Amino acid sequence: MNRRLILLLPLVLFLVLAVFFYQGLSLNPFQRDSALMAETFPAFELTTLEDPSRTVDESLLQGDVTLVNVWGEWCPTCKQEMPQLLDLAERGVRLVGVDYKDTREKGMGFLEEFGDPFEVNIFDPDGDLGFDLGVYGAPETFLVDADGVIRYHHTGYIKPQDVTEVILPEVEKWRD
Amino acid sequence: MARLIPTALLLLLLLPGLALAGGIEVREFDGPVMERRYDDLTSILRCPKCQNQAIDDSDSPIAGDMRDRVYALLQDGRSDKEILDFMVERFGDYVLYNPRLEGRTFLLWGLPAVLGLLGLVLVGLLVRARRNASNRELSAEERARLDALINRERTE
Repeated sequence: MNRRLILLLPLVLFLVLAVFFYQGLSLNPFQRDSALMAETFPAFELTTLEDPSRTVDESLLQGDVTLVNVWGEWCPTCKQEMPQLLDLAERGVRLVGVDYKDTREKGMGFLEEFGDPFEVNIFDPDGDLGFDLGVYGAPETFLVDADGVIRYHHTGYIKPQDVTEVILPEVEKWRD
Repeated sequence: MARLIPTALLLLLLLPGLALAGGIEVREFDGPVMERRYDDLTSILRCPKCQNQAIDDSDSPIAGDMRDRVYALLQDGRSDKEILDFMVERFGDYVLYNPRLEGRTFLLWGLPAVLGLLGLVLVGLLVRARRNASNRELSAEERARLDALINRERTE
C-alpha cells in the first residue's frame, strides 16, 4: 500500500506547482514595492517649477508628513488623478509635486488647467530625481514621514476610493 | 521583368531596417572591453516599465535613461557590481535578470540542482532494484508454478 502512495508523488508535485503558477497569473508585476521603502528620500538640489531662482533640497520634506506626487503634463493619468489630489490637500495633507520630464511652460499650464494642490513643485526636467526615486512612469506617489523617510509607495493612478481607504489611513499612521 | 518583381519586393523588406537605423544610439567607448561590458550590462538589466525586456531591447523612456546611466557610470570607472547595485538600490531586484544568491533566493537557485540530484538517485535506485530482481533465484514454489504454466502451454 505504501509503495502505491509513492506513485502519487508526481501528481502531488504537479498540483503544488500548478497552484503556485496559478497564483502567479494573478500577480500584477506593476504592484511591486518600491526599493526605497523605509529608506531616506534621495538627496537632490533642484529649482521649483513656480520660481526658477528658488532652489530646494531634501530638507523640504522634513518636519511634516508629506505626499510627494510625481507627475508630468504629458501624462494623461495625472490629469485624472488631480481631483483626488485636490481632495487630499483639502483634507489637510501636505502635498509636494515633482514635475517630471516636463517643460516649465507645459507644467505651469497643467496646474492652471487642472488645479494646484501642491505646496510647491520640484522641477525635474531631466528626470534625475525621478531616477533616484526609481520612478519608471507617472503618476507615482510617495509618502514621506516627518524625518524624510519613505513610508508608502503608490504606483500609478490614485482612484477616488483610494483617498479615504488607502492614502488617508497611511498619512494618519505616520503622523504620530 | 518577371524577375525584377521579386527583387523589388525583397528590397522593400530592407525599408524597416532603414527606419531602425535612424533610432540607434551612437556611443563612443574607451576600447572594446568597455563596449563589451556595456553590452553585457544592458542585456542583463531588465526594463522596469516593460513586462519582459532587457534595457538594450526596449524603447521605453526609462530603459533609455538606464542605458545613459550605465554608460555614464562606466565612463566614471565604476565596476559592474557597483553599477548593478546602483540600479537595484533604485528599482529593486526586479531589474536583475539573474537574481542574486541570497538567503531568500536559495530555494530558487538550489531547487533545480536538488531535483536533478534526486532524479539521478531515483533512477539509480530503480536500476539497482530491477537488476537485483532479475538475478534472484526462483524459489521451489515459483519454479513449480512456472513448470505448470509451461506444461499447460505445451499440452494445449
